[in-house]
Amino acid sequence: MAIEILMPALSPTMETGTLATWNVAVGDAVRSGDVIAEIETDKATMEVEAVDDGVLAVILVEAGSENVAVGTPIARLAEDGEAVDDVASAPAAAAPSPPVAEAKVESSALAAPAPVVPTPAAAPEAVPAPASAAAAAPGAGSDAPRLFASPLARRIAGDNNIDLAGLTGSGPHGRILRRDVEAAMSAPAPAAAPAMAAGVTAAMTAASAPAAPGASSLEPNSQMRKIIAQRLQESKANAPHFYLTVDCEIDTLLAARKVMNEQSPDDVKISVNDLVIRAAAMALVKVPKANASWEGDNTRLFHHADIAMAVAVDGGLVTPVIWAAEQKGLAEIAATSRDLATRARNGTLAPEEFAGGSFTISNLGMFGIREFAAVINPPQGAILAVGAGEERPVVRNGQLAVATVMTVTLSADHRVVDGAVGAEWLQAFKGYIEAPVTMLL
Amino acid sequence: MAGETNFDLVVIGGGPGGYVAAIRAAQLKIKVALVEREHLGGICLNWGCIPTKALLRAAELRHSIDEMKDFGITVSGEVSIDLKAVVKRSRNVAGRLSTGVAHLLKKNKVTVFDDRAVLGKAVSGRREVKLAGGGVLSAKHVILATGARARALPGIEADGSSILTYREAMVPETMPKSLVIIGSGAIGSEFASFYLDMGVEVTLIEAMDRILPVEDAEISDFVKKAFIKRGMKIITGARLAGIDKGKTGVTARFEGGIAPVSADRAILAVGITGNTEELGLEGTKVTVDRGHIVTDQWGATGEPGVYAIGDVTGPPWLAHKASHEGIICVEKLAGEPDVHAIGEGAVPGCTYCRPQVASVGMTEAAAKDAGHDIRVGRFPMLANGKAIALGDDQGLIKTIFDKKTGELLGAHMVGPEVTELIQGYAVARTLEATEAELMQTIFPHPTLSEAMHESVLDAYGRAIHF
Repeated sequence: MAIEILMPALSPTMETGTLATWNVAVGDAVRSGDVIAEIETDKATMEVEAVDDGVLAVILVEAGSENVAVGTPIARLAEDGEAVDDVASAPAAAAPSPPVAEAKVESSALAAPAPVVPTPAAAPEAVPAPASAAAAAPGAGSDAPRLFASPLARRIAGDNNIDLAGLTGSGPHGRILRRDVEAAMSAPAPAAAPAMAAGVTAAMTAASAPAAPGASSLEPNSQMRKIIAQRLQESKANAPHFYLTVDCEIDTLLAARKVMNEQSPDDVKISVNDLVIRAAAMALVKVPKANASWEGDNTRLFHHADIAMAVAVDGGLVTPVIWAAEQKGLAEIAATSRDLATRARNGTLAPEEFAGGSFTISNLGMFGIREFAAVINPPQGAILAVGAGEERPVVRNGQLAVATVMTVTLSADHRVVDGAVGAEWLQAFKGYIEAPVTMLL
Repeated sequence: MAGETNFDLVVIGGGPGGYVAAIRAAQLKIKVALVEREHLGGICLNWGCIPTKALLRAAELRHSIDEMKDFGITVSGEVSIDLKAVVKRSRNVAGRLSTGVAHLLKKNKVTVFDDRAVLGKAVSGRREVKLAGGGVLSAKHVILATGARARALPGIEADGSSILTYREAMVPETMPKSLVIIGSGAIGSEFASFYLDMGVEVTLIEAMDRILPVEDAEISDFVKKAFIKRGMKIITGARLAGIDKGKTGVTARFEGGIAPVSADRAILAVGITGNTEELGLEGTKVTVDRGHIVTDQWGATGEPGVYAIGDVTGPPWLAHKASHEGIICVEKLAGEPDVHAIGEGAVPGCTYCRPQVASVGMTEAAAKDAGHDIRVGRFPMLANGKAIALGDDQGLIKTIFDKKTGELLGAHMVGPEVTELIQGYAVARTLEATEAELMQTIFPHPTLSEAMHESVLDAYGRAIHF
């Protein structure tokens, strides 16, 4: 499948930028990590690195274009085995089209019998849900964990557009009951994750504004911005953050990744970020105390490493979740993360896909950020900020050597994660990253 | 444990609230003692639920003889009732279960005191419990589970021979020829049904405008017609003015223009009142309101460390409510997670008259009063194959749904074995099932429970067999 390269956000506030130059031409082979273009904003010029391997099939935004909105597709890569011409002529932002059986819906009350797809016995059968509850019911085969909610709660939530995934159940074993949905309905503001902003007003850029000293203008804040502001402010105000930083040498990891991607039988390419997700999931299993959330009288201990990944989108960011990442192999993580990121940028994520999670990873490595500290995504207990992998001098046995080093910083909520627990977690994470074979177990 | 006086918890009263609370506490490793003044198992087991069921079973068997010829069975010879044996069996049933409770308490290492207990003073965070037989216990927590007794009416003394309460009505030495029963709640209706089947002329009196006044009006009406068909006299809207005792019997007088009713004996079944006296509540912050101890949803009273559960806390006066309150009270004070207060309308009610009555949740009138836009389903036992085969096809199952959400607001049943069926709807309500899940559930054929399914279908215009 073709890979779209999107206009990156170089800073949290960037909404548009100028695509200054292309460093590669159509037909060039591109490897993950290659600098393919340079982007200018009023503040800086930054390099754009490829995150996938492939052949540049088409350039959609020419060099020198100004006011290119963040998230706009700027080029498309053909993956191995794909015809460059096909990719170049594909419609923009083509959604992966599932193989649809040729079942026509007749214009009668009886639907035409659809071809029956044999279901493996182990797979849960999809239960025909009442129409209004369908939206809230977890679909069979979805990656989301089963959501325990009463039928009545599902019905009322469906009728009132309440996202059950954002609710805490007060019933036995945390089951969501009617009273929980009704409480959410009467709550002043939704506690759910940011909703996708429908249309962010086109930003005013410095270039088009008169260059008067001290000039400014007011932009209405989108709903997404308001929710981001509210949640992150709440996080900083309520969760006592502390920060732990560690350097990870990733030469072994990069070599392993190269082998994996060469040996990969299908078209799944594993990125460094996928390995980071896997390592974080394994570390959460090893140090379960770090997989927790503060709830006043109780501490919620998550049973799975439900890893949210911060994805910059037009006008803000969303954090789609890879549920039970510890149970997923690298290929599955790679496929899931790519799918979630693509759909996050397209704005086609379902609300339950970006609400919840037990731990977040924010990776700004592609922007050349060496290290940073992230704000915890409440009500989670910790977030991992991942910097760029870069060659740095290191000292080994008294000798100066060169290694590819990635610096990561864990921000933890001290109410649930103590310093020693955070350190233990980072040690586990570093162990998996530096000896990647161990994370395959 | 002999001589032990220090406990984490002392439960006063060994009925279905108290003994269940004590066993649950023992399961949670709480050091617990139970003080019971009379019989383990309380009224329920000794003088209520259980012995009356034994009596009603005898009446039912007696009644079935009259139906034998419909089934092609001839019973020849005289049918007679040995009342002493009927009552003796009822007492034996109660005795067996009371022994069972003693065994359960022993097995769970609950220390039992056969004594009366009075709440003593609070001493440094602990509470003293004084025993009438001497001795003082000390506990961190005390649960009052003292139950209730028949409510008396001013000016009317239940003498136990011509004016009876449930207690004497349960152990008759002779059968009266006629009986007037004041009050048509569960207790009054069950005695009315029992004595009617035993061949007694029964007049049932109710002050409200219908019998079984807490039940859905349609169900009340159904039972009324069934009782009248069997030969019972029913007078509703009759407020008792007094009962005169004569040489041969009693005469009940009423307010207004209602004619007095004479009978050999009268049974008073006008509700019950909590056993709150001689408990040492004076001077504590325990509040007693109209004969009942006031608590929060977890059983806590106004006095720290003192809790109350069951009948002493007020209606509905039901053993299963008392047991459940005992369990959640203990779990709450033990700090267990996932403890949930009894929800509104969550306690099912059963009356074991013939025909049986069972219900859970709101009546149709209550649902409307609460502002629900409702759908009502009805299904008669007349159209149920199993009921027809049993020769017991008089009954109705009524279900009430919220039109908007599909919530099962209430279920009301009258007819054969409905007391055994109501739990299905109770489970559905606890799980917050909607009509969709009830419709999707497969009810086995041929059973009476199919009528439950059909009633739900009927609420949505989809009943198959009617």
